[in-house]
Amino acid sequence: MNAPVGARGTEYEMVVERGKIAEFAAAMQSDDPAYRGPDAIVPPTFLTSGALWAPEGVRVDVGFDRKRLLHGEQEYVFHGPPPRAGDVLTVVDRIEDRYEKPGKRGGKMRFAVVVTEYRAPDGTLVAEGRSTLIETAPKAGAA
Amino acid sequence: MSDTPALTVGTKAEPRDFGPLTTRMFVRYAGASGDFNPMHYDDTLARSAGYPSVFSQGMHSAALLASFAVDWLGAANVRRFRVRFREQVWPGDVLTCSGEVTAVEGPLVTVELTATRQTGGVAVGASADFLLSG
Repeated sequence: MNAPVGARGTEYEMVVERGKIAEFAAAMQSDDPAYRGPDAIVPPTFLTSGALWAPEGVRVDVGFDRKRLLHGEQEYVFHGPPPRAGDVLTVVDRIEDRYEKPGKRGGKMRFAVVVTEYRAPDGTLVAEGRSTLIETAPKAGAA
Repeated sequence: MSDTPALTVGTKAEPRDFGPLTTRMFVRYAGASGDFNPMHYDDTLARSAGYPSVFSQGMHSAALLASFAVDWLGAANVRRFRVRFREQVWPGDVLTCSGEVTAVEGPLVTVELTATRQTGGVAVGASADFLLSG
């Protein structure tokens, strides 16, 4: 599957849980009280764990060879205060961009930018994730 | 954050070290994030794939840098956080996080953040916006 620019995945639900936030905060070695208790908010990179909520097959497939797949960049944008424990978000992926560059040792590197939208129940866009994925050029002779 | 002195372009944060990092920390991040790629905790598998050992998830280093950033500018204030993955991070590494203000537009402060290995190599770089109230 080489889903084109504009292709969208299927919507899924992410429930923001205080226990999951506390677990994430411990993994990031943060003792910030903002990440504890019933009103905990999410840390800057917490939404990456939203993939745990995605049923099989709902995310977009950029079609890259997993053996040559690199995660180049990751961005999170919050259109207001970060989501908090108890929020129920509707999540969907879309492919924002695809492009190619020559590899350092020949061949082509392929890039894909996948945006993940996080919406409140009223449809308000509260946060976005933006992943830049890279497929490195095949080794000479392997292609 | 009310005690934070006025931030201007060039203001630097007090650096913070994380580490020495351990495989246990990678496992903890795997559980927290759901990224169970075994290259980050199965040493036998990592060596058989040609690596000297397991290595950290890039998003784990990003999360440590985020921890540093929110200590500086406030957890509730973050509006954008973008990381670029550079060098791999190994057990025993110490990551030194540093940050500098690069733009101030009213209440919106933009910072550049870096997590540097003890070798001097940059593990992850980041750019972030924080909306500081009052």
